[in-house]
Amino acid sequence: MLAYIVRRLFAVVVMLLVVTLVTLSIFFLIPKLTGSDPAAMFVGKQADPASIEGIRQKLGLDEPILVQFWHFVSGIFVGRDYTGGGDSIHCAAPCFGYSFKTEQDVWTMLVDRIPVTLSMVVGAAVLWLLMGVTTGVVSALKRGTAIDRAAMVTALAGVSLPIYFTAMLAMFLFRTQLGWLDAKYVPFAESPGGWFAGLLLPWVTLAFLYAAMYARLTRATMLEVLGEDYIRTARAKGLPEPVVLGKHAMRSTMTPILTIFGMDLGALVGGAVLTETAFNLSGLGNAAFKAVGDRDLPVILAVTLITAASVVIANLVVDLLYAVIDPRVRLA
Amino acid sequence: MTLMSTQRRRIAAGALLAAATMVVTTACGGGNGGGGDKGKDGLAFNGGVNKVLNASDKKGGELKFIGSQEADSWDPQRGYYGFVWDFARYYTRQLVTFKAAPGTASTELVSDLATDTGKVSADGLTYTFTLKDGIAWEDGKPITSKDIKYGIERIWAQDVISGGPIYLQQVLDPKGEYKGPYKDTSPDKLGLKAIETPDDKTIVFKLPVANGDFLQMLAMPAASPVRQDKDTKSKYGLKPFSSGPYKWESYTPNKSIKLVRNDKWDAKTDTVRKALPDKISVTFTTNADDMDNRLIEGEYDLDINATGVGAAARQKVLQQHKGNIDNPQTGFIRYAVFPQTVIDNVECRKAIIYAADSKSLQTARGGPQAGGDIASNMLPPAIKGADPKADPYGKLAGKADVAKAKEALAKCGKPNGFKTTIAVRNNKPIEIATAESLQQSLKAVGIEAQIDQFDGAQTSGIIGSPKVVKEKGYGIIIMGWGADFPSGQGFLQPLVDGRFILQSGNNNFSELNDPAINGLFDQALKETDPVKAGELYKQINTKVSEAAVYLPFTHEKNIIWRSSRLTNVYTADAYNGRYDYASLGVVK
Repeated sequence: MLAYIVRRLFAVVVMLLVVTLVTLSIFFLIPKLTGSDPAAMFVGKQADPASIEGIRQKLGLDEPILVQFWHFVSGIFVGRDYTGGGDSIHCAAPCFGYSFKTEQDVWTMLVDRIPVTLSMVVGAAVLWLLMGVTTGVVSALKRGTAIDRAAMVTALAGVSLPIYFTAMLAMFLFRTQLGWLDAKYVPFAESPGGWFAGLLLPWVTLAFLYAAMYARLTRATMLEVLGEDYIRTARAKGLPEPVVLGKHAMRSTMTPILTIFGMDLGALVGGAVLTETAFNLSGLGNAAFKAVGDRDLPVILAVTLITAASVVIANLVVDLLYAVIDPRVRLA
Repeated sequence: MTLMSTQRRRIAAGALLAAATMVVTTACGGGNGGGGDKGKDGLAFNGGVNKVLNASDKKGGELKFIGSQEADSWDPQRGYYGFVWDFARYYTRQLVTFKAAPGTASTELVSDLATDTGKVSADGLTYTFTLKDGIAWEDGKPITSKDIKYGIERIWAQDVISGGPIYLQQVLDPKGEYKGPYKDTSPDKLGLKAIETPDDKTIVFKLPVANGDFLQMLAMPAASPVRQDKDTKSKYGLKPFSSGPYKWESYTPNKSIKLVRNDKWDAKTDTVRKALPDKISVTFTTNADDMDNRLIEGEYDLDINATGVGAAARQKVLQQHKGNIDNPQTGFIRYAVFPQTVIDNVECRKAIIYAADSKSLQTARGGPQAGGDIASNMLPPAIKGADPKADPYGKLAGKADVAKAKEALAKCGKPNGFKTTIAVRNNKPIEIATAESLQQSLKAVGIEAQIDQFDGAQTSGIIGSPKVVKEKGYGIIIMGWGADFPSGQGFLQPLVDGRFILQSGNNNFSELNDPAINGLFDQALKETDPVKAGELYKQINTKVSEAAVYLPFTHEKNIIWRSSRLTNVYTADAYNGRYDYASLGVVK
């Protein structure tokens, strides 16, 4: 087991290095090949060539891509200096680059956004897992009934309605019309009640979409599992129905759910762009949205890395949890 | 990038859908505001245009801005966005500044840090200013002439603090001999020879060539003082050191700003800034439609960007809150321009102008209120020399002149029309709609125009490159332009002076290079009397029309929101029709 974890962690590191190199290449190398100049993006509309050259040197864009890659990776561990034009900026470790749009190091820009995104994603994940799996199981057990049909129609609506629409509608109903709730981030340590109330609308909105998908997935998987021989055997042995369902059927049902849950959670930690943008929550997704609009490449690169790291780590955790959930899966 | 564009479009589509639902819901429930031109608070539509609304000198309260667009930089030497220049008067002062007055009166320059608007030598080459007594930084130290010189010198350090306007650099040091304060080897870092500071109260500017708009350049935030010991170079915009009535308490980029009173600012030295609110806050949001809703609900006072109420809320504010909106001109002209390297025959260009349906183009821009008034020539009304009624191609009639278009096509040698390409920025939906409208109009006379949407973020490298324009065959480019300062030089020169044609970052897209026009600019620049200069700009404008390289669409207007509690509200032409932020208060 330990060897497996070490191997997977090594793979995670390699994967992140590859993502970094590819992203760096896309942002800083391909523009060169297509004739546009990343350095020019940081300079004003009246800039002269000398100014653009100065910025290029300061960013290190005149260096080979592998040297840029090395500077970026080493900067994460030991920090980095950006020098040029009589100015020197120190970006302390962990240095994920420096934004020449906001004149801040990227980590400083993003670090206080991480709790916002984590709060929103984890809260929504709890909701959608509870709502989605429960609805899916009930639907499977009540297959063909009015309850099943109602649940699946609701789920279809959840999957079909885009999140920016449900977000706008939720804001209009609960904030503008009823005045009950507003979406805003209040740190948990500052006010647990404010934290909960401020995130409730984003949680429900995000969870509505995912719960719908999970309900449909759970129902389909549960129906398949309920038709398996070992379930019939368990019932034939006279096991009580709650044990058949809870101990045997649910374990198998949860395996694919857990796989998709790990991927979804990881991707969302990298930024639920639409939800954060619609509710104006200052999380990672919101930062990425702004950065794309501003062509703030170092911020986009950092958010891409955080997303990639979240996905691969979440997948690793899910793979390890397989062994716990499903006795058929044993990792030696 | 494509993914994000798609997501933005989806957000916009979703917003419209949601807004439509809301409009229906609200309509069913009935409105709670007054219709007509008066709102429930007795406020009038356009109450803040050309007059002061809710005049008051009462201090206190917090003025709350909200915005969906961050500044390019709050560093006075780096900021170039219009709203930044307006907001900068809270924490910066200049030798001269724009008068605190509504409408066109705001374009008059008055003294600020200086005792008067300067003494100009007979040859127009030397400007001498004396500083007022009692002007101070936020730590109480006096503002000196050397601080002003150092602040202006920072403009030269474009490789460190890039992005701002460089007019002063071009006028004071056209050969680029000075390398900026960060590479300055003189001990006091004040090596720029064109500015002299014989004592702490006197500053002298020596221009190599006279420029009648030099005072306009000194009124820009880029001419603000910066104290050397407080200069944090590229990071200065994160917390500028204040010379104005407010100082920075906190700032988180893309999130929020808080300004508080600068108790070292002396109102007796400042005839322009009222400094009424105790605090000023700015909140940045990524959801422009939600921002409009919060403005309407009274959570915030006004949109700092002042780019206009969004499409989703527009009908609501026009029908239910008309007393809370103003509809000023922004000083921008929206237009199509014809590169002569692609359409070299003047009659072919005239055919396009005659064939364009100006009413349809106005509608595509958002109609008379959200889009603006139909424009018939290339000088905005607020600029001296402008004549909004000059209409050489009959555009004010609001329809296409098909007969004259066909006549022009015959003279051009292409009676059955021709093919060309319209270039339009892909991140400007209104411009795309305008291009489609123009395409339809041209089709009626046989001109087949295909639309090419280019990456709006790469404007300077695509349509700003004459080589690329020619290679891509862009016969028509859709653009807009607003003056950096309200004069013919500030507006027209980059667009039509042949000496401003650049190989990258070009704005003279038509590549108009008429020696007569260039010569008129030279005369106008030397003219220190704005009225006489205006006459010259009028002549230039006439010649531009004759060259048929521009098809103006609209003199842009915006629908901008003001909360009911705002006092001293008026729009200022000097700030592109935005409210004069330095005059606003929140206590009646």
